[in-house]
Amino acid sequence: MVSYIARRIGVSVLILIAASFIMYVLAAHSGDPLQDLEGSSSPNKQALIQARVQSQHLDLPSPVRWLLWLGGVARCIVPIGGGCDLGTTFQNQQVTQLLPEATAATLQLVTVAFVLAVILGVALGMITALRAYSGFDYSITLVSFFLFSLPSFLIAVLLKSFIALGYNNFLADPTLSPLALAVWGVVVGLIVQLIVGGTFRKRALTFVIAGVVTAAILWYMSITKWFTQPSLGPVVVIVFCAAIGFAFVALLAGVHNRKAWLTAGINVAIAIVCYFALQGLLNVSSIGTLIILAIASVVVGLVVGFFVGGYDRGLMMRIGAFTAFFTSGVIVLDRFMRSWPAYMDITNDRPLATVGGATPGLNGDVWITGLDTFTHFLLPTISLLAISFASYTRYSRSGMLEVLGQDYVRTARAKGLPERTVIVRHAFRNMLIPITTLVATDVGALLGGAVITETVFGISGMGRMFVAGLYSTDVNPIMGYFLVVAITAIAFNFLADLTYSALDPRVRVR
Amino acid sequence: MSTIQGNLPEPTLNDDASDGQADTKKGQSQGRIILRRFLRSKVAVAALIIYLLILVFSISAIGIGPIHGWWHYTYKELNPQVNQGAPTLSLWPFSLGEHPFGQDRIGKDYFALTMRGIQNSVLVMVVLGVFATVVGVVVGAIAGYFRGWVDAVLMRITDIFIVIPALVVGAIVGRTAGGLGAFGLAILLGLVSWMVIARLVRAEFLALREREFVEAARVAGASDARIIFRHILPNAVGVIIVASTLLIASAILLETAISYLGFGIKPPDSSLGLLISQNQSAFTTRPWLFWWPALFIVLLALCVNFVGDGLREAFDPRQQRFSLRRTKETEPTEDEAAAQVNAANAANVAGTTIDDGPSRAGVPDGPASDDSAGGDSAGKPDGGGSSGSDKDQS
Repeated sequence: MVSYIARRIGVSVLILIAASFIMYVLAAHSGDPLQDLEGSSSPNKQALIQARVQSQHLDLPSPVRWLLWLGGVARCIVPIGGGCDLGTTFQNQQVTQLLPEATAATLQLVTVAFVLAVILGVALGMITALRAYSGFDYSITLVSFFLFSLPSFLIAVLLKSFIALGYNNFLADPTLSPLALAVWGVVVGLIVQLIVGGTFRKRALTFVIAGVVTAAILWYMSITKWFTQPSLGPVVVIVFCAAIGFAFVALLAGVHNRKAWLTAGINVAIAIVCYFALQGLLNVSSIGTLIILAIASVVVGLVVGFFVGGYDRGLMMRIGAFTAFFTSGVIVLDRFMRSWPAYMDITNDRPLATVGGATPGLNGDVWITGLDTFTHFLLPTISLLAISFASYTRYSRSGMLEVLGQDYVRTARAKGLPERTVIVRHAFRNMLIPITTLVATDVGALLGGAVITETVFGISGMGRMFVAGLYSTDVNPIMGYFLVVAITAIAFNFLADLTYSALDPRVRVR
Repeated sequence: MSTIQGNLPEPTLNDDASDGQADTKKGQSQGRIILRRFLRSKVAVAALIIYLLILVFSISAIGIGPIHGWWHYTYKELNPQVNQGAPTLSLWPFSLGEHPFGQDRIGKDYFALTMRGIQNSVLVMVVLGVFATVVGVVVGAIAGYFRGWVDAVLMRITDIFIVIPALVVGAIVGRTAGGLGAFGLAILLGLVSWMVIARLVRAEFLALREREFVEAARVAGASDARIIFRHILPNAVGVIIVASTLLIASAILLETAISYLGFGIKPPDSSLGLLISQNQSAFTTRPWLFWWPALFIVLLALCVNFVGDGLREAFDPRQQRFSLRRTKETEPTEDEAAAQVNAANAANVAGTTIDDGPSRAGVPDGPASDDSAGGDSAGKPDGGGSSGSDKDQS
């Protein structure tokens, strides 16, 4: 095992060096680095050109410059004289300084999209596998094929032009017409009946109920001006918390498990008490306190689960932690919503942003800045999400179908386990094995994957840095981008292989 | 795969049981059986027809090379603005009008531009697909057949190319070679997209070269080249065709993405991605400049994806229709049970096998590789191939 890892790392480093050479030479020869200066009309043109040639060593051939660059990189690992040096851009900024900022922006964008894509994709893939060859399955298949076929810039431009502008215009007069209510009702009703499935009678009933409920809620939101002054209020918070508790019990333990009910019930009760007790603290919170509160809630959930115990203590602790975490999420959501009117004022009633990563010159408490990040990253996140979640849906669908056909699932059914247990405990866990490796490999590609989304939405992440470098044939930022992307790709590929052998005992690395 | 599959009964056709038996009784060739399976998938056939129709339409409309088409404008000439460039196409009563797709800001006929864009995008797709497939097959076949140091060297070279994101190299190369036009761009992009196929073919060859028929050919005195191309390659053709279809689907997204960034095909020539990037700022004033190329990008990509899905099902008899309801409600007969076990087998989930590397595990289900999904995430190393091959190496 150790020798395997050592060998892999050695080979990876060699591959990285070779790939960086190819990249460097390609990038250096992709254009004329002096083009912008030669076309300029400034009086000290010659001096500027001289300065750039000096600072970028443009008088040397590109392989020699690559060696210089490689020397700088080597100093990042072996601390001999000068420390890390990835070169400078044409604007004389250190790449080592630019890179952390850019990486942070990209991570901010990519993390949420990625996590949501995996969760949504796996969930939808499972549902479609359970309803294989039904209307729902075919519709999701069609949608995911459609999403595969959409170039990412297309989604991004469409989101900008329709969702952002449309929503901002809608907020100017936030009332829904009866026609809009009817359309939303029908759409939601159709979707819900497809998911629920069953006989025609059951589906028709589901359709009517879901449609009417949706329309009624929207109508209520519309007349109470909810869209401009959103909040959940105590009643909805309590209902949501209870629903979360119910969902986790039903999903993880089954509705007949009394201990699970007790765990979830205690946690929901704590959450509701906290909702009333903690408002003052939330008002003066910073990001730090919010993180502490989130950790505290998970710990409380685990502790409750531990003390309820029962024959399956681990399960209780899981239910407790999940319930506590998500109910506190509801409380935080409610608090964010109550800052919405203030945020609307700041943005002149046009909250959804289409460009950039933050409103310039914004200063407010954690809630205002949180909302600002939300409105700026919502659309880019959706556009990244839409693409990658389609592939996870397909993978998890076929993975689930395969697992459902396996002998051990039939055995589980044959010994009389409830369907929920068969799906959640036997099928789902085994389906996750290949998905895990897929996810690990994707993480590597993900960092480099947001180039176009960043370009369209004007987020100054790594992709932007790369594209800007490419336009001006500025090699150092390109190589900085490459270094981060390639290292994560290699590292996570490696990790994927290791997780696979760790998760699946049939597979062993040699 | 054989770790999971080895002890399972031979795949028995379930839904297609009758067809399958008929196939074997008549003694049809493998190709005919696969063709029949493919033709049975109506969506895939429809997609193929639509794809060809679009291609024929675009070629006949503005012609190809020096030959003129039936459309009276070219994509280069500037025309006076008619009705501020709004589309004159009307479906009922049907008439094309002067400029059916409208005109762009400087008065070029947008129909001709879009048709030219389709031609270029399809050209890139096909050339890239063929070129990358040929390179990938040759590299993979040599590596898998000869093994040893040849394999090690070739696979490390593949690794190097995998580490470099395709979008990145595409952009750099496209910028360097922007003047080469669609054909040159396609070849250069093909140079950086053959890795997935190489790994799949290698894995396939590693498995096939141990089979008896290869041994028989060798005993009979066949040369290495003959064994590779006459004996092993025909058996690996399924994996290759499916993978290259998916590659073609990702090719159009890669081309449009690179043209969108401004590194691909340059004006006055036209490409669908380029048209969108030139005109996205005019979205509110002249939305048709955006919609027509967008429509054709999505149509072309969708068609290729559906064809790829149909091919995958045709080549993989293990991929059966599997219904949970049927499993639960009916007591499966022995045949059915076997079919269900093999049902929907994991040719699709990448990286299913590591232990015995050679497998078709890397062929994604549908056009699922992320490159194809986005044209955005660049050059994702293929999960299945990579994990398989690396383990096998060591």
